[in-house]
Amino acid sequence: MADLLKVEKLTVAPAAAPSRLLVNNVSFSLSPGRTTCIVGESGSGKSLTALSVMGLLPKALQRVSGDIVFQGSSLVGLSNTQMCDVRGKRIGMIFQEPMTSLNPVLTIGFQVGETLSTHLGLSGKALRTKVAALLESVGIPAERANSYPDELSGGQRQRVMIAMSIACEPAMLIADEPTTALDVTVQAQILALLADLKTRMNMGMLFITHDFGVVADIADDVVVMFRGEIVEKGSVGDVLDRPQHPYTRALLDCVPDAEGRKALKPIDYDWLKGASV
Amino acid sequence: MSEFILSATGLTKTYKQRSGRFGFSTTLVKALDNVDIALKSGTTLAVVGESGSGKSTLARCLLQLQPLDAGKVLFDGRDLASLDREALRAARRDLQMVFQDPFASLNPRMRVGEIVVEGLVIHQLGDAEQRRAKVVSMLERVGLSAADMKKYPHEFSGGQRQRIGIARALILDPKVVVCDEPVSALDVSIQAQILLLLKELQREMGLSYLFISHDLRVVRHIADEVAVMHRGRVVEQGQVEALYANPREEYTQNLLNSIPGRHRQAA
Repeated sequence: MADLLKVEKLTVAPAAAPSRLLVNNVSFSLSPGRTTCIVGESGSGKSLTALSVMGLLPKALQRVSGDIVFQGSSLVGLSNTQMCDVRGKRIGMIFQEPMTSLNPVLTIGFQVGETLSTHLGLSGKALRTKVAALLESVGIPAERANSYPDELSGGQRQRVMIAMSIACEPAMLIADEPTTALDVTVQAQILALLADLKTRMNMGMLFITHDFGVVADIADDVVVMFRGEIVEKGSVGDVLDRPQHPYTRALLDCVPDAEGRKALKPIDYDWLKGASV
Repeated sequence: MSEFILSATGLTKTYKQRSGRFGFSTTLVKALDNVDIALKSGTTLAVVGESGSGKSTLARCLLQLQPLDAGKVLFDGRDLASLDREALRAARRDLQMVFQDPFASLNPRMRVGEIVVEGLVIHQLGDAEQRRAKVVSMLERVGLSAADMKKYPHEFSGGQRQRIGIARALILDPKVVVCDEPVSALDVSIQAQILLLLKELQREMGLSYLFISHDLRVVRHIADEVAVMHRGRVVEQGQVEALYANPREEYTQNLLNSIPGRHRQAA
C-alpha cells in the first residue's frame, strides 16, 4: 500500500545549538487505515517528531535535515499559509489537554463549526446539520452544541476535540497523548472511539504515548524512541512480544502488569550504554 | 496493640460547591460518605478511584489536615480528633506523607539538607551532629549522597526529588506513611525505581503505607489490600489478588476492564 506519510531522516535541534540533536535521523512511514504509535519516555523526542510533521515546532527549534512527505508531496518548505490549509483539513490533530485547547467563551457547536466554515466554506443550515452529525458521531447528543466547554466533563471535551479534528475528514490524524489526562474508564472509551473512527474513515493515525498499555490497545505498528533516536520499530506483536533492542526490553520490564505476574525491573542506564545502543 | 495501626469509621465530609452559570447557587458534594477503612500494621493499603472519587480527601482527613464532618480516626489506638494541638503534633511524627508532585512539594529556597532535617528540628530530636549524621544516612538510604545536602531542589530530576520527599517523610521513623499518587508524575522507568525503593524501605523500617493511586497497574504491584472508591464511598475492598481476580461490584469490574493493555496480555 502506498504510504500516507513518510518521515525520512528527520533531524531537529535548537537553533542556538545545532549540534544538540533532539530528534536524530528519524524515519518511519504510515499507511491509510493503520495506527502507528510513537512510544518513549519524556525527552525521547516523540512529541517533537509529531510537531515537526504538523509544522508546529517551537520557534527556538529547527528542522536541521530530513523530509516529511504527506500524500506524495513534501510538507517541508511549505509556507505558513499553505501549511494552514493542510492542518485541520488534511491532517487532524488532538492534544493532551482538552480544557486548554478549547475556547471557554465559545459554544462547542461554534468551535466545531469553525473548522468547517474555514476549510469547507459551509454556513447556515448546512453547517448546523454537519455539526450535529459530527457531535453525534463522537457520542455527544446534538443538542449539546450550545453548551460551553466548562459544562462538559474531561472525556466529553476530548470528544469535542476529536469532532473538530475529524470535521474535514482528514486523511491522517495526529494524536499527542490524547488520553493521558483522563480517568481510565474514560480513556478506554476514547481509545475505542478513535479506533472506530480510524476504521470507518480509513484514516492513518499517528499516536504519541508513553504508555505501553495504550500501545497494546491501539497500535498496529510501533516506533520506540530513546534520546531522540528510533531504537526499534515494527508491528505491535513483534515489538511487545519479541522486543529486539535492549532498551525496548528494559522499558517493557518497568511497566507493571495488571496481573502482578512479573517483577518490576528498573532500567540500568549504565548497562544499557555498554549493551550496543 | 491491635492488628490495625490506622483505622477510620464513618468518615463523612461534604463540600459546598458553587454552581450555575455565574456561581450564584451552591450544591453540596459528598466527598466522603460514611467511609470505613483499616490499615494493617506493616502492610500497604491502596485506595484507588477516578478523579473526584474522594481518595485525596480521604488522605487529608485521615491526617487531620482537613476537619471531618463526622467519623472517627484511630491511630495506634488513639482517637486523633480528641488530641490537643501538642499531642496531635507529637502523633504526626509517626504519621508522614509523600506527595504527588515532587516539583511543588519541596521549598525551592531551601537546601535539600534543610528540607530533610526539618522534621528532626521541629520535634527537637538529637543535637546538630546527630541530626547531620541522620540526614546523611537517610539520603544515602534513598539513593542520594551527602554532597546533595548542599544543593537546591531545582538541581534534581523528578525521580530524585521524589527520593528527597521520601527521605523527608522517613527521617522521623514514622509508623504510617500516606503516599498520595507518589509515582504518577514520573516516567515508567523512574516509577519502577521508586516503587521498589518504597517496598524495600517498608521491609526494613516496618512501615505501613496508605497508598492513594488512580493507576491500577501500580496498585497491583505495591498493595496488599485495596479499597475501591467511587463518588465518596468505598464500593469494594479486599485482598489485592482476590479483588483483581474476582471483582464483585460492577464498578470495580468496569475499572479493571479499562486497564490499558489488559486484554492483550490476557490473550
